[in-house]
Amino acid sequence: MSLLQLENLSVTFGNFRAVDNISYKVEEGEVLGIVGESGSGKSVSSLSIMGLIDFPGKVNAEQLTFDNQDLLAMPEKQRRRLTGSDIAMIFQDPMTSLNPCFTVGYQIIEALKTHQGGSKKELKARAIELLTQVGIPAPESRLDNYPHQLSGGMSQRVMIAISIACNPRLLIADEPTTALDVTIQAQIIDLLIDLQRKKQMGLVLITHDLALVAEVAHRVIVMYAGQIVESGPASEVFSTPKHPYTQALLASLPESAAGKARLEALPGVVPGQYDRPLGCLLSPRCPYATDHCRKVEPANQGDLNRQVKCHTPLDSEGRPAA
Amino acid sequence: MTTSIEASKDNIELTAPVPMTPLQEFWHYFSSNKGALGGLIVIALIFFMALFANFIAPHSPSDQYRDALLLPPAWLEGGNWSFVLGTDDVGRDILSRLIYGSRLSIAVGIVAVTASLVMGILLGLVAGYCKGVVDTAIMRIVDIMLAMPSLLLAIAIVAILGPSIVNAALAISIVSLPHYVRLTRAATMAEMSRDYVTSSRVIGASPLRLMFVCILPNCLAPLIVQATLGFSTAILDMAALGFLGLGAQPPTPEWGSMLANALQFVQRAWWVVTFPGLMILITVLAFNLMGDGLRDALDPKLKQ
Amino acid sequence: MNQSDNSFDNQLILKANNLKQHYQVKQGVFKSDAVVKAVDGISFDLEKGKTLAVVGESGCGKSTLGRMLTMIETPTEGSLAHLGEDLLTLTKDAQAKLRQKIQIIFQNPYGSLNPRKKIGAILEEPLIINTNLSKTERKEKALAIMSKVGLKTEHYDRYPHMFSGGQRQRIAIARGLMLDPNVIVADEPVSALDVSVQAQVLNLMMDLQEEFGLSYVFISHDLSVVEHIADDVMVMYLGKVVEQGTREQLFNNPQHPYTLALLSSTPQLSPEKRRTRIKLEGELPSPLNPPSGCAFHGRCSYANDRCKSETPTLRLDSSDSQEQGHLIACHAVEENRIENHTQSVA
Repeated sequence: MSLLQLENLSVTFGNFRAVDNISYKVEEGEVLGIVGESGSGKSVSSLSIMGLIDFPGKVNAEQLTFDNQDLLAMPEKQRRRLTGSDIAMIFQDPMTSLNPCFTVGYQIIEALKTHQGGSKKELKARAIELLTQVGIPAPESRLDNYPHQLSGGMSQRVMIAISIACNPRLLIADEPTTALDVTIQAQIIDLLIDLQRKKQMGLVLITHDLALVAEVAHRVIVMYAGQIVESGPASEVFSTPKHPYTQALLASLPESAAGKARLEALPGVVPGQYDRPLGCLLSPRCPYATDHCRKVEPANQGDLNRQVKCHTPLDSEGRPAA
Repeated sequence: MTTSIEASKDNIELTAPVPMTPLQEFWHYFSSNKGALGGLIVIALIFFMALFANFIAPHSPSDQYRDALLLPPAWLEGGNWSFVLGTDDVGRDILSRLIYGSRLSIAVGIVAVTASLVMGILLGLVAGYCKGVVDTAIMRIVDIMLAMPSLLLAIAIVAILGPSIVNAALAISIVSLPHYVRLTRAATMAEMSRDYVTSSRVIGASPLRLMFVCILPNCLAPLIVQATLGFSTAILDMAALGFLGLGAQPPTPEWGSMLANALQFVQRAWWVVTFPGLMILITVLAFNLMGDGLRDALDPKLKQ
Repeated sequence: MNQSDNSFDNQLILKANNLKQHYQVKQGVFKSDAVVKAVDGISFDLEKGKTLAVVGESGCGKSTLGRMLTMIETPTEGSLAHLGEDLLTLTKDAQAKLRQKIQIIFQNPYGSLNPRKKIGAILEEPLIINTNLSKTERKEKALAIMSKVGLKTEHYDRYPHMFSGGQRQRIAIARGLMLDPNVIVADEPVSALDVSVQAQVLNLMMDLQEEFGLSYVFISHDLSVVEHIADDVMVMYLGKVVEQGTREQLFNNPQHPYTLALLSSTPQLSPEKRRTRIKLEGELPSPLNPPSGCAFHGRCSYANDRCKSETPTLRLDSSDSQEQGHLIACHAVEENRIENHTQSVA
């Protein structure tokens, strides 16, 4: 049974559909990468799993289960207990996700206390252990530090320590390294993958960095304008993309162009609230779009293992099926 | 994919509808705040009243009807419908005096707010732009002004210059100056670090251009809010000065001095005190409500 | 880098020599002021139509360098020559003239455009300040540049907030072009943009370079973008250049341990291109209290006692005598203490 299962999840803000009928699942011990440009709904979908969508946002789903427990049906209190202990989340900006008024030690112990309890001494020992786990040198002295005394990389390590404090079974990392430098990014990703392997957690890695996902994820979901356009094993999706959007994204990366040649840029921008096209959402930007694409929204083809939302999925040569 | 080279130049704007202009957006946010809208309507009514006082007011504000001293409002026993809100101790129509009084309050508000806004913007911009010694000098003077109770300071200024409406307005504008200076300085410093200011500098813009063309329009939002709220403070201060006899001199109709003059009759003729007081309350409340709405509409942080 | 001046094509546009920017930082009443060496002795030549990329992590001084090149900040030391004229010794008026020739584009397209001005006014501002063109001439020129960067005529009367990030960056580029500059300093111009939009902007920048013969100083932390657009590359660490050379030299034959670490930390899409990850311990040291000797020694696995005490200088790559102008500042490279590193993970 899957750890997390979503079926036709939608998040709406008034008339605007930020997330539009998405379905996916995360298995235990799996790294799932969710990629997409800004405005693709990748962050909103994960916030909805955590129950962090505030008014006026509305979450609808046919199924949203974690370990066979229905997250939408359970009482608010129980859900809060579950998220935070069994499902944890880390955010993009480590500098603002720690409360600047309290020491690092206090914030870790606070997280431990609400979900586990124990004596003061035990909690402190556990906090030191956690900081050691995330590779912070001299953890005893770090406990008394305030967030502003830490660098970005250190803060993100502390955030990871807090999120794994209760041994979560699913960790959602929303752009965990976007605010960090490359060498620090490499350290943090290595740490996350290391922890994920040791604890056999499910890890949902949300990012706009395709190469990063290609390096670490088992499976990948490509989102566009609130919809999942393609999903499948990472190696397959990146070597033989089936959706024109995935193909275009890969082609627009500088490393795909030889030398100083022009990049294959996808024209236009992700549609927003007011300019959602009829039919396939990519149709105004898609080089293969037909009149059919502009009128009828394509259905998902394939099973949850390898899915593509396109009338004319691309073959292994990268050409649309007739 | 091969067509994307040409396409990238032609299809850049696929976004169909034109987003709202700043004004439309402002109105959208402002009008969704019912209190602010109410405030705006009341203020519009008061402005209308002030502008057309000679047509609306049933009597002249200084005509004394000797046969109708301390007449109660019309709907009370002994009232007379030609004096709707009653008369005061020398037989002047209260309604007419209130209507004419709005002229003075609005005028004082406009003069005081404009004067302090202009001075505050100048000093604040200079302080925020120059930094260093100039900044320190300006800010310390402002600190000293803030350390004195504002009404006391205003009284002192009026006492030196002599009691009159103009001097009272001047005193009020000086007293409220510090807020504008601080606000402008803070906004200027925040804007200074933005990249668009730097790029204007790279282009070669002069300091004056940077200050007034580049930075100032972006600092206006909080200043507009402060000015609206300052309007109500100015009216209140004016009433207080009038009440103390340092503002408008009799027989000029002014809400604060109307209150002061009628104080001795409060026991037997409540209406002489109540109506001017109510006018002040309503006007100040309307300005405060509108100020709140303006803040909601102009502050990008409060928008969705 | 220094092989210029021998042909007409290689016209030297910008020449920086030993540029330094040191800041005094107050540390409280009882401590003496500290000196932060944000940029510490940087030299380069930039030819017409070429792109010099400056690479490094945050805090390495690359943005400060950009601000010095555009004369937003005056260097504490060094010289900066534009077409042979030293920008730093000129009179104010002459400086203002030359300043037009070096323009800047910023990272954040949301902060770099004045939100209260229409696009037309933003684009015409440089002309109002620096030229005597009439109103219609200014508008003509603005519209011409707008079409060059792929904006439409109707955008002239719109406000910046009506545009997406990529379009704003186009507007920022258009503003940079209004005064017919020779050099554009681009400070992380695409790092705030999505990949597909990033490709559009990079394409545009390369088109404009070809059309106007622009030279770019391209400041970035993204090595894959740099590899795509740069002719010459300069890697900075804590205010100093650690490695400098042509794109081919740097990406095909990187020498400095820091460059190697940067390259191996950059995620790669294709498995063939992935390098063995060189793990860097720790983080960038504080510029307030920089390490002695080589600034990188604390994180470098090849560091020895000499690295801790003696600051390495930029020297020509000795390992390969054919390579011209590949400069490296590393004791370990000089002493040949670094094993073969360029192989990739198969």
